[in-house]
Amino acid sequence: MRKSFIAFMRKEVIHILRDPRTLLIALLIPIVEMLLFGFAISMDVNEVELMAAAPRMTPAIESEMSRLAHNPSVSFKGFIPTSEVEDRLRSGCALAVVVFDADYDANGLSQVVVDGSDPVVAQTAAGYVSGILNGGDGGRMPGVTILYNPRLRSTYNFVPGIMGLIFILICAMLTSVSIVREKETGTMEVLLVSPIRPVMIVIAKMIPYFLLACADLALILLLAATALDVPLSGSMSALILVSMVYIILSLALGLFISTITRTQMEALLISGMMLIIPVVMLSGMMFPIENMPLPLQYLSSVVPARWYIPAMREIMIEGLGFSHILPELGILTAMAVFLVIVAIKRFKTRLE
Amino acid sequence: MKTLCILLRKELLLFRANKFIPILALLYPCVVILVIPLVTTMDVRHIDVSVVCRDNSRLSRDIISDLAASEYFSVTTAADYEAAMEKIEDGTADVILEIPADFQKHLESGAYEMPGISANGVNGTKGALGGRYVAAAVMGSVAKSLGTTIPERVTVTYLYNPELEYRDYMIPALMIMLLIMICGFLPSLNLVQEKETGTIEQMNVTPVKTVTFVLSKMVPFWIIGLLIMAAAMLLAATVYGLVPRGSLASIFIGATLFIFVMSGIGIIIANFSAKLSQSMFLMLFIVLIFVLISGLLTPISSMPSWARYATYALPPRYFVEIMRCVYLKATSIGELWSQFAALAGFAIALNVVAAMTYRKQA
Repeated sequence: MRKSFIAFMRKEVIHILRDPRTLLIALLIPIVEMLLFGFAISMDVNEVELMAAAPRMTPAIESEMSRLAHNPSVSFKGFIPTSEVEDRLRSGCALAVVVFDADYDANGLSQVVVDGSDPVVAQTAAGYVSGILNGGDGGRMPGVTILYNPRLRSTYNFVPGIMGLIFILICAMLTSVSIVREKETGTMEVLLVSPIRPVMIVIAKMIPYFLLACADLALILLLAATALDVPLSGSMSALILVSMVYIILSLALGLFISTITRTQMEALLISGMMLIIPVVMLSGMMFPIENMPLPLQYLSSVVPARWYIPAMREIMIEGLGFSHILPELGILTAMAVFLVIVAIKRFKTRLE
Repeated sequence: MKTLCILLRKELLLFRANKFIPILALLYPCVVILVIPLVTTMDVRHIDVSVVCRDNSRLSRDIISDLAASEYFSVTTAADYEAAMEKIEDGTADVILEIPADFQKHLESGAYEMPGISANGVNGTKGALGGRYVAAAVMGSVAKSLGTTIPERVTVTYLYNPELEYRDYMIPALMIMLLIMICGFLPSLNLVQEKETGTIEQMNVTPVKTVTFVLSKMVPFWIIGLLIMAAAMLLAATVYGLVPRGSLASIFIGATLFIFVMSGIGIIIANFSAKLSQSMFLMLFIVLIFVLISGLLTPISSMPSWARYATYALPPRYFVEIMRCVYLKATSIGELWSQFAALAGFAIALNVVAAMTYRKQA
């Protein structure tokens, strides 16, 4: 039994090695995208592209403008007549315009006109600019201390999300073709008459890809710690365990897709194209789950990344240990076991 | 021209014979436009505040009850800072508000200590905005009890999206996401499929010109792409009442150019792939870049400067700007000429490359 299992696994390894290009792409994509997205994706508003307008120039406005221009969170684009305010905002030259009152010298009134297209950016920009106009220190307001992520670098926030996205897509795509390919090329019949049990076939198909994904995991963690400066302050063993469970789950999902489709094209479209949207949108990677309507919150709980990403955030960024991620780990394990069993069951029905 | 018509008929027959792809092309856009806009809200609501109150006074009780009355916050109390930190760690609190001992007494005497506010920064947006909202709410309660209001010298006006509806900002981008997926993945898989099944060799020995053949592979997806665009706009108008403020013509010119770009990329990838899985992985690589860093989901202005420059090489960047400007700000083609020119440039260049890299001989 063991011998035939090893022989079968060897066959799968040969399959993978025979197509070195796919292997190389599967290894490189996670690393390149991790580096790219880790550095580039951010929700912070760095600089507000600001213009100023006034019916007429006065020394007080001039000094206020130079104060704005010297503020690091403002990129000052110049002074315009009040008639041009709308044009500049519509064409995107500026994100916000400060319009000084005609009697600014006397009453100190001003209006901040903001391009509200992106509400998050608009509100943050309005906050920055009115803060500066109000006198720099924001008046007598309590200061806010930011825990865990003091510089508010959203890289920290996105690294677990990107890991959750990349692992499930790559792993599911890798295994989704593996059974359907046998059906398409006709080698399935050979498999069916062989004495090896379906459990063994499914497991043997997963192991080589599991090793491949673990290599990716190691490289990504190395990048996260060195290039991206993610603190990685939590329990390393918890991090590796939950990631491995997630990888197994993703591989099993791919195998399951492979058993329900008839062609490689269908399998790839489901595991690649169709998976992207729920994983990006319903996992909490970009959009907070608690803001969704209740039915969608329930729906999101069948998306594995929705459990993996918060668990990874807790370990990597908040530095928590095993005890805090037990619920997520339990759900992911249950999902993985369920998918493996379903894949084996579906495979069996094909045998009969 | 006649050969092209015949080849297009062949594609139509194949499309109809396939049970999966027509359903996918029909259902996928509907689900994305109907469901996903409900997900894409960045509004910071439901902030869980854990209050550590050391001042047993009327003012502190007012602050807490004002917070609890607001729809933005749900308030719990904690005995001390450590207990509140535990709540942050297990995720049941986002912000800690610490009211210092004798806050009201000191406030009335003028020499007072500000309440401490700590926000969980793991989710940067929520931490920063949530903390600021709590600070503003506390100051509101304090001002109310002191009987003075802080005079507003600066007023803020939001143009184009005065209700600050994030949905209106995201729906045009979701349409682009659909085009990226459908018009990128499908043509490339379609062509590689012919390679895998071997039917492409039969095509190669016919006198059909390369350009005609490549066109026959792209035209069906141009039509599908434009139909999807029209359907998505119709759905957005009926379900969410979102109609473009600018001209429809500029949207469709942009969409056509962008569809050319995507199908060109799809064919180029197919030309360099021998297997379906290879083309799919390469396409996934590009699609993820297009979706995640072209300004579609996160603002380009937030990126580090090298990445901001890099986005000029991403065609969707221009189409995202066009769609959002036309939809929300009624920007005219004249004001967006540079975006249209860039998109047209990409469309021509990529399709020339696609036709040139197609080889009749293996």
